[in-house]
Amino acid sequence: MDIKIEKLTKKYGSHRAVDQISFEVHQGEILGFLGPNGAGKTTTMKIITNYLNPDEGEVFIGGKKLSEHADELKRHIGYLPENNPLYHDMPVVDYLEFCAALQGIERLRIPERVREMIRITGLNAEKHKKIGELSKGYRQRVGLAQAMIHNPSILILDEPTTGLDPNQIVEIRRLIRELGREKTVILSTHILPEVEATCDRILIINDGKIVADGTAEHLRKQAQGQEILTVKIEDGDVNAIFKALQSLSTVATVDFMDRSLSRFEVQSRPGCTSRREIFNLCVQNHWTLTEMAVSEAKLEDIFRELTMN
Amino acid sequence: MKAVWIIARKELKSFFDSLIAYILLVLFLGFCGFFTWIYGSDVFFIGQATLRPFFSIAYWTLFIFIPALTMRMIAEEKKTGTIELLLTKPITDRQLVVGKFLAALMLIAITLLFTLPYVISIASLGNLDNGEVVMGYLGLLLMSATYIAIGLYASSITNNQIVAFLTALFISLFFHVIFDVLDNGLSGWLAQLFNMLNLSAHFESLQRGVLDTKDLVYFFSLIFLGLYLTESNIARRKISG
Repeated sequence: MDIKIEKLTKKYGSHRAVDQISFEVHQGEILGFLGPNGAGKTTTMKIITNYLNPDEGEVFIGGKKLSEHADELKRHIGYLPENNPLYHDMPVVDYLEFCAALQGIERLRIPERVREMIRITGLNAEKHKKIGELSKGYRQRVGLAQAMIHNPSILILDEPTTGLDPNQIVEIRRLIRELGREKTVILSTHILPEVEATCDRILIINDGKIVADGTAEHLRKQAQGQEILTVKIEDGDVNAIFKALQSLSTVATVDFMDRSLSRFEVQSRPGCTSRREIFNLCVQNHWTLTEMAVSEAKLEDIFRELTMN
Repeated sequence: MKAVWIIARKELKSFFDSLIAYILLVLFLGFCGFFTWIYGSDVFFIGQATLRPFFSIAYWTLFIFIPALTMRMIAEEKKTGTIELLLTKPITDRQLVVGKFLAALMLIAITLLFTLPYVISIASLGNLDNGEVVMGYLGLLLMSATYIAIGLYASSITNNQIVAFLTALFISLFFHVIFDVLDNGLSGWLAQLFNMLNLSAHFESLQRGVLDTKDLVYFFSLIFLGLYLTESNIARRKISG
């Protein structure tokens, strides 16, 4: 099911937590929702899951208005809220059975679904323990299990990998990617490599407004105005090399990265590339070029550039 | 309707899992048993085959115990955030409130069921007025339902269980005692107004073994009002956040 969000606005007092947001997510797509704390990610997710009503705008799920068909549409949504609230005095199995029943799964099919979820999330050894006795990572799995128990076509996950160890993170990401092939997934996170690893598309939100929307590649291209090269040139005088590099017509700035190893950071002029020129320079002067790498603009940098005011 | 039942069953189970139910049973039966059979104006002191001593002590015990039962029902869900999980599932705010209400009412009904031996004992001592007994129990149930609705409302206005408990007790106290005092102290239309609002008057009228629609209307309107206010309190999150 597709999700379409149109001009969503939510105000807390005079503060606009979400300000005229519009975007679409299609079936089979994993959307990464990025943004600094307090940017409006959680509020948007709460509106999509019908926990909050927007002040303006509308959410369409599968072409239907959420405000008019909430009870019917909620069945198709699996939701893992921020901080993963759970009943700590309930055993895992009882809790999952309760969630399955609330989701309207037939009584006879409930044990089968619960077993399936326990298998997928690897909770088998812990299934009879009370949720309060579990470690944070296992609780997170319980949260994911309850979100997926009714096999929803839409998954809304608010920071799904917090509190998991690196192995579990890899597992959960793999699970989300698998699910994402046939479902519509929106996940929010602070961990930037996670977005690259799991999401098809990235949406960066700041101060309630969307500041970027596209694939990781697309965002890189957008942010990357200038080429940045790391070069290491040997068999020559460091200062002479520095001057020679600076005199190239395509080069904007040169910086020493490591004087003793004669490594430089070369930034080209906008729209230019200096790779050939640097190579030819070395040939002319009988220097040895031992390293040349294009440093990619990191997602972190893009994120900071877009969200720092 | 199915969702209501699922919520009610889970809540009832959690009463028994968390020992709350057992503590309530032991304390309630202990109190009532002590004052019905052993101390004060008990059955033997009165010397009549009547359950009145039990009803009047249960009237007070339930008044204290019910807020303790309901105080966590919504406040805790709000504090831990589990209410968000519940309400994003295919269940309405009303179903949640009614489910919780029924769970508490069922627990009280179970507790009252355990006092059935009192009825049997007293019936074997003398001629028991059956109508009076049935109406007495009905009165206790209706009163409990009213205080549960008030308790749920108090629980829905705060995240803090103690605040919920005290608020529920405070509101209930008006219906339990204060309106009665005002009714006795005043005259004219004010007295009539307070007499109408006074829960103990309606409870006593049922205890006499008379089923009056006026009393039923009174209890049911308070229950509906309490539950309605609870529901709108929960629904308020959607607008003000």
